[in-house]
Amino acid sequence: MERLRFATVGSVDDGKSTLIGRLLFDSKSIFEDQLEHIEAVSKRRGTDYVDLSLLTDGLRAEREQGITIDVAYRYFATPNRNFIIADCPGHIQYTRNMITGASNVDLAIVLVDARTGIVEQTRRHSLLASLLGVPHLVICVNKMDLVDWSPEVFHRIRNEFEEFASRLSLRDVTFLPISALQGDNVVSRSPNLTWFEGPTLLHHLENVYTASDDNRVDARFPVQYVIRPQRAEHHDYRGYAGRVAGGVFRVGDDVMVLPSGLTTTITGIDSPNGPLTQAQPGDAATLLLADDLSIARGDMICRPNNRPRQSQSLEAMLCWMDDAAPLQPDRIYTIKHTTKLARAKVTKVLYRLNISTLHREADVKSLALNEIGRVELHTTAPLFYDDYHANRATGSFILVDEHSGQTCAAGMLLSPRT
Amino acid sequence: MQSALRGLVDESVTIIREVAAEFERPVMLFSGGKDSVVMLHLAVRAFAPARVPFPVMHIDTGHNFPEVIEFRDRAVAELDVQLIVSSVQASIDAGRMQDATGPRASRNPLQTVTLLDSITEHKFDAVFGGARRDEERARAKERVYSFRDSFGQWDPKTQRPELWGIYNGRHQPGEHFRIFPLSNWTELDIWRFVEEYDIALPSIYFAHRRRVFRRDGMWMAETPFLSADADEPVTEQTVRFRTVGDATCTAAIESTASTLAQIIAETAAARVTERGATRADDRISEAGMEDRKKQGYF
Repeated sequence: MERLRFATVGSVDDGKSTLIGRLLFDSKSIFEDQLEHIEAVSKRRGTDYVDLSLLTDGLRAEREQGITIDVAYRYFATPNRNFIIADCPGHIQYTRNMITGASNVDLAIVLVDARTGIVEQTRRHSLLASLLGVPHLVICVNKMDLVDWSPEVFHRIRNEFEEFASRLSLRDVTFLPISALQGDNVVSRSPNLTWFEGPTLLHHLENVYTASDDNRVDARFPVQYVIRPQRAEHHDYRGYAGRVAGGVFRVGDDVMVLPSGLTTTITGIDSPNGPLTQAQPGDAATLLLADDLSIARGDMICRPNNRPRQSQSLEAMLCWMDDAAPLQPDRIYTIKHTTKLARAKVTKVLYRLNISTLHREADVKSLALNEIGRVELHTTAPLFYDDYHANRATGSFILVDEHSGQTCAAGMLLSPRT
Repeated sequence: MQSALRGLVDESVTIIREVAAEFERPVMLFSGGKDSVVMLHLAVRAFAPARVPFPVMHIDTGHNFPEVIEFRDRAVAELDVQLIVSSVQASIDAGRMQDATGPRASRNPLQTVTLLDSITEHKFDAVFGGARRDEERARAKERVYSFRDSFGQWDPKTQRPELWGIYNGRHQPGEHFRIFPLSNWTELDIWRFVEEYDIALPSIYFAHRRRVFRRDGMWMAETPFLSADADEPVTEQTVRFRTVGDATCTAAIESTASTLAQIIAETAAARVTERGATRADDRISEAGMEDRKKQGYF
């Protein structure tokens, strides 16, 4: 049984909490003591309904303000799949928290209020999902009950979104009409939406095909940790531990180690689950090699005929996340890319992306909190990387402020423009 | 093995190795409870055939179930790891704090002082904990790498963004990180792992006869540290523990589940959360856990 990670993006106003509550209720994932607790809190506050947002808005500040500030994770299972929900805030001032939640999901649900249609927030969330390379997007047109279950409204919103989305790089978009309040088309089909021939939301979540989302072509293994037992019985053991970032590694494969460029052969693969004959994307593995090469953390193991890009001059889409200070060009930051640490400076901001209109704003020198732009960077050591849209694991990095220690930016590497 | 469990194992092992590679003095909290047992087994698998490259530490309230302490000592010997025991009693004797008193006294909150003192004494910069996000609503919000300032405080409003699988452990001397490799595991995942990987657990997780009494709607065990009031009749019942912590605030549940298969079936059908069913310490207030975590609790 596989596990699907998905993000829900939006505000309480969009019915996001109601939708999550509905999914959890109907999959019997809300426990009696949790329900009693939120019933008691709702009553004490004089709310005349059970406020399901109390389930996910777990921090005191969130409960006081009635908004989602940071990502909350929720877990539920059906007989067909296990699910991890990353429940993300929708407000623009919490964009960095939304990106945290959506960076490694298989699917994102963006809620649209049927009465208002596509709004600035919808465009922003969809753009971020596109930039983050979320493989599957679901546009849930919610509150269909408030527009008399009108197919015209649904189709108009769909057309409007598709026109906007043609400028994004979204691979798979699904549109679903729902009413989370009464559960129409969430878990079971709705008598009010007989004109809709597509699946329910839960059916879609249970069946969306994710096996082809990983890059299984370009073999990439960032060395994380060298295992050398100081024990007599394993005296000659030297294993290179890490997590497969792309492609498939098999016993007997010829491999190349970067930066040295030396080649050798895989003689064995160990893993926390026992010896393997092959390791695939996401697998934690320890590679055993035929030759005793000098290999350290931060090195990259790949195939001799399929190497990542290798450069100290890079281009990336950068999302600035530090509220203490804006991006300072030519200031030195620490960069963490796969298992490698180096130092980096942004040498040029090529443009800032207006995340509501998609306009590229030139003549910009810096990026402030929650702003996204295309930049040029220079690093103290070469990175072994792929274009983010070919490989999320080898195409992503973070920048760390060396003084405060804060994670100040998230970056997605791109092929240099020629 | 189920692929769903394998994905969790691989994620957790990757986190544990990353910490071993980047921090100078990690330590893993180990109480003998099921989550910490699973976490330690993952650490063993992360570095095999080499030894686990950091010690484990038990914050010992002195109010233990003897079966758990026996298990703890046996497990660290079998898994070949170094055990540090930090004692709440020693902290009290040293005048670091007052012992809890009164009819409902529990040393559970006192563990925070001993934990923070031990972190300072040993200069630990990364402390692995077995907490899971599905346990409690404040924990559902916490990062895998959770930053603590020099007072050991968690500030939920200034959590660092945590993207992809890239973790930022940058800190100043005196600050540290709590690391939660089991963040994405559920209670059921823990039990399925215990079954599939044939992991030994303390006997009190399995149904047994025990002298218990009813308090606040929960079955509390009669121990040298906790006795029944006059209006709380003590009877012998068939019970087991769903969580294991300090004996004064951990309740048993009525259960005849004596095998892993029975426990898994019982857990899958449970209608009450594990902490809700068994932890007196979470019943303090609406944000009890959040408040304790801000002070530096596990």
